[in-house]
Amino acid sequence: MFKKILIANRGEIACRVIKTARKMGIATVAVYSDADRNALHVRMADEAAHIGAGPANQSYLLGDKIIAACKETGAEAVHPGYGFLSENAAFCQKLTDAGIKFIGPGPKAIEAMGDKITSKKIAAEAGVSTVPGHMGLIADADEAIRIATEIGYPVMIKASAGGGGKGMRIAWNDAEAKEGFERSKSEAASSFGDDRIFIEKFVTDPRHVEIQVLADSHGNCLYLGERECSIQRRNQKVIEEAPSPFLDEKTRKAMGEQAVALAQAVGYESAGTVEFIVDGAKNFYFLEMNTRLQVEHPVTELITGLDLVEQMLLVAAGEKLKLKQADVKLDGWAIESRIYAEDPYRNFLPSTGRLTRYRPPEEGEADEGIVRNDTGVFEGGEISTFYDPMIAKLCTWGRNREQAIAAMAEALDEFELEGVGHNIPFLSAVLGQERFREGRLTTGYIAEEFPDGFAGVELGHAELEQIAVFAAAMRYCDLIVPLVSPEWAERIEREEVGLLDPAHARQAVLIGDERFDVTLVGAAPDSPIGAFVGQEVDGEPTHRFGMDYLPGQKLVYALDTHDFTWGLKVNRRTMGYRVRTRGADLDVKVLPPHVADLMPLMPVKTPPDLSRMLLCPMPGQVVRLDVTEGDVVEDGQALAIVEAMKMENVLRATKRARVSVVHAEVGDNLAVDAVILEFEDV
Amino acid sequence: MQDIIEALEAKRAHARLGGGEKRIETQHAKGKLTARERLDVLLDPGSFEEYGMFVAHRSHDFGMEKQIIPGDGVVTGWGTINGRQVYVFSQDFTVFGGSLSETHAQKICKIMDLAVQNGAPIIGLNDSGGARIQEGVASLGGYAEVFWRNARASGAVPQISVIMGPCAGGAVYSPAMTDFIYMVRDTSYMFVTGPDVVKTVTNEVVTAEELGGATTHTQKSSVADAAFDNDIETLMEVRRLVDFLPLSATAELPNLPTDDAFDRREDSLDTIIPDSANVPYDMHEIVTKLADDGEFLEIQREHAGNILTGFVRLDGDTVGVVANQPMVLAGCLDIASSKKAARFVRFCDAFNIPILTLVDVPGFLPGVAQEYGGIIKHGAKLLFAYAQATVPKVTVITRKAYGGAYDVMASKHIRADVNYAWPSAEIAVMGAKGAAEILYRSELGDAEKIAQRTKDYEDRFANPFVAAERGFIDDVIMPHNTRRRVIRAFSTLKNKRAQVPVKKHDNIPL
Repeated sequence: MFKKILIANRGEIACRVIKTARKMGIATVAVYSDADRNALHVRMADEAAHIGAGPANQSYLLGDKIIAACKETGAEAVHPGYGFLSENAAFCQKLTDAGIKFIGPGPKAIEAMGDKITSKKIAAEAGVSTVPGHMGLIADADEAIRIATEIGYPVMIKASAGGGGKGMRIAWNDAEAKEGFERSKSEAASSFGDDRIFIEKFVTDPRHVEIQVLADSHGNCLYLGERECSIQRRNQKVIEEAPSPFLDEKTRKAMGEQAVALAQAVGYESAGTVEFIVDGAKNFYFLEMNTRLQVEHPVTELITGLDLVEQMLLVAAGEKLKLKQADVKLDGWAIESRIYAEDPYRNFLPSTGRLTRYRPPEEGEADEGIVRNDTGVFEGGEISTFYDPMIAKLCTWGRNREQAIAAMAEALDEFELEGVGHNIPFLSAVLGQERFREGRLTTGYIAEEFPDGFAGVELGHAELEQIAVFAAAMRYCDLIVPLVSPEWAERIEREEVGLLDPAHARQAVLIGDERFDVTLVGAAPDSPIGAFVGQEVDGEPTHRFGMDYLPGQKLVYALDTHDFTWGLKVNRRTMGYRVRTRGADLDVKVLPPHVADLMPLMPVKTPPDLSRMLLCPMPGQVVRLDVTEGDVVEDGQALAIVEAMKMENVLRATKRARVSVVHAEVGDNLAVDAVILEFEDV
Repeated sequence: MQDIIEALEAKRAHARLGGGEKRIETQHAKGKLTARERLDVLLDPGSFEEYGMFVAHRSHDFGMEKQIIPGDGVVTGWGTINGRQVYVFSQDFTVFGGSLSETHAQKICKIMDLAVQNGAPIIGLNDSGGARIQEGVASLGGYAEVFWRNARASGAVPQISVIMGPCAGGAVYSPAMTDFIYMVRDTSYMFVTGPDVVKTVTNEVVTAEELGGATTHTQKSSVADAAFDNDIETLMEVRRLVDFLPLSATAELPNLPTDDAFDRREDSLDTIIPDSANVPYDMHEIVTKLADDGEFLEIQREHAGNILTGFVRLDGDTVGVVANQPMVLAGCLDIASSKKAARFVRFCDAFNIPILTLVDVPGFLPGVAQEYGGIIKHGAKLLFAYAQATVPKVTVITRKAYGGAYDVMASKHIRADVNYAWPSAEIAVMGAKGAAEILYRSELGDAEKIAQRTKDYEDRFANPFVAAERGFIDDVIMPHNTRRRVIRAFSTLKNKRAQVPVKKHDNIPL
């Protein structure tokens, strides 16, 4: 086994690899750019080597620098993680030439699978089922339209060298095929330096299901079950799970065997993933093979009990797989939620900045589940503009899908993250949906379920009522502290009275338009508190609950009447609390009833009508303006393109209107929320 | 006897109705509460005791003798806020437009006198059309009686003004002399002369809201300390403010027991100072991470954002915070920020509230506008206020402390009690580049040499140790331990006694 390895990556995956290496007694070397000087992976590794400036093409993509760092530190092997140089055959070759082991497949396998066109040919030859499409190169937009028509719409237009959704578009007609071809080509050129494009049939009601394979250098190859990654937003995976709620044993076996056949056809070694698209009738087609460790590998680890990084290290060191296919048992259910620094309320635009608060849920086994959080950040750390905006991968395991989902919902409610916009409310929203819980997934799930974007979860009346009870109890705790009622504290001390001060036990809770009149009733320190909502009547309280709230506490656990645990993120406000739970973000006012009675007299203040303006959604440069003053635009029409973080963001009209004022010019650098256009009614 | 009791009840009910149902409806239609409803929101339930409910005016001119409404347009008395005594007056716009008569003024004066005598804050809810014109000079005299008492009470008991409707002409000068002014957005305004007069005299066309609304006074003029969306929110915020304040200059500081450990570590503060000295960070994060439960009641939040002022609690005790804010104008001192902070320091000193100063200041803002505007005198206000303050003063330098601004920001030399610095502190006459360019003017043409000189200066002075060697800094502390260190520093100062030479009063550069 290696004595020392270098991890040619950053963030959570570098930390993930370091953990396993440490467990195996292998010393680790981290590499870092200027922007990552204080990053977690640098702190965790035994040694660290600086390799350049912030932008990836001046640091993490520089193979020579990494090889030099290996030589300097005496690292015998390189784990590439995912992204960056992980699927770069030339880098792999250079390492090999330098006598350093690449922890992954050989350069030939990478090269064969790295090109979408070549990989499809090889797959077809190996007997793997593939999607109908055009394998050759496409010269221009007219040819693209002709091919698309031949295959039959809808078609998918992809960059040959692409991945992760970049340079990928769907076309439903000739016009879209033309636009898609041109855009994909230019994006492919700028992102990958390779503008080759191909077109294939777009499968409807598709699910994304992928098979994890593991091969050694002695010709042994296994499949470790599947992962379903259908919950995607613009082809970027968001929630993954293993196993898939859709596959049956027969399909699993067929897919697994084809994946193994493909791996063997290219002499694959190490961990790899064969991606398939599965239609409603369980037909599956090969998409591509990722010749590296996947982001979502933890769900496979959770249901197989294997450590894939450990397996990769063993294979790289030349060892034989100890497992046989028959030994691979899938146990329970695992879900992964990718926590991104992106603002779900602003159409998921990337958000960067300082993590002023970062408190993930506690990891480990509890009750009937497991919580695992793979991350590369820490409180006080920075989400930089240079890299992928993923903050953490939160995973849960349960005995079955229902339990895994419940554990995930709870873990998301407990995840405290402030300072940057993040998608936790959105993840909670998906986890709470009936359709998700029933497992009716397709890759169009998010587009179908959130056609107008995300505006937070609207909780039902019963849930709001429960939150109102919790809020009244929190308010009570805040008020009862001795400054507020010193005599009462003394009387409790003298045991003249129970814990509840009647002066503060009655609270009116206002959430949105709803009012809940809550009366808290007697409680012993260790037993649940009772509460009446509405008219107090003799007999049993309407709610019984327990809470761990202390004044100022920001994460509160509460147990409701049905013994269900709530995680509430709470910020005190003068008139109550901001409460975040289950994807909802609520302003909960808790007032003495006589004050609440006066609230309806207060004027309703409406914020300015932003729907009449096109605002710059993120800091960036205007690279195209498609309209001039006086133009009438249609719903969905492209108005402008703002480039930020190397992504071209098309800004579209949200309704039919006339452009009344144009505030920006091409080339302008705009701040977030800068007004680009103003509209008037047609 | 029963008849008499019933008669009293009837008289009370009549008085409580103020200007009558119709005017109450009009008041509500404007989104405003009545004078009594406001007191119900402000004070603890059942705690209000009213004085002068049956006071009536004595005017016989212009038909006033036919209009007698008991209370005469203002509700006065005392009550409690979270159990602590306060004196209140609440002008009733439904009675003669809340206009101030001789007797109306007398009612206010009565509770002001009681407040000073008994050592409890005065809270005035202002909603008045101005002087009672029918009374002429008697009304003016009434105003002046109130003004005189405002000045007399200043520094003895906290005075809080809440502007909840019009407040124009001479009437503005009573709130102006109090410690804090809160306003209600869209329904309150303050000006010395209204839009009509402004138009006649200067030909400027301006609305009442533009001239003296909450936005104007919280952002531009700095007359108001905070503004809120409606009556209820504003009054609840007043309750919150009162919770932080001692009841008088001789009363003890309030203490709110907390579960927030005094020695809570904040590891994230170790990474808050950016690598580059030119990159800002948000000082709010440091303030809220030091404070009990992260609670920071900010005063003048919307004005002169380059300095933060406000109240926090440290281990339960109220502490005033003054902190440079690198996010705005690099945290420099200018006219507006000096005045803002000086007034806040003076308030804290008057009421024995300890002061925590967080320093990241690159110096004074240069410019013709600043010099013509009198930055010398205004900057001196802050220097004077700090130098003269005898309350416990603890200072933490987080990053820059350059030039004269270093001296001003509660330095050891002007008698701060405990001065700490983070390892990232740079205490110097100026930034390294500026210093090198002055010291080696002859080498200005040679960028390389200047860079080397800059580096030399940086190595020598861009750290806290030169100052620490001289004892100007008591210790260089770990950012993550700042809360513990500051709380322990304040705990040593609980019995601080400072000698002041005999004098009538100081002469602050006003």
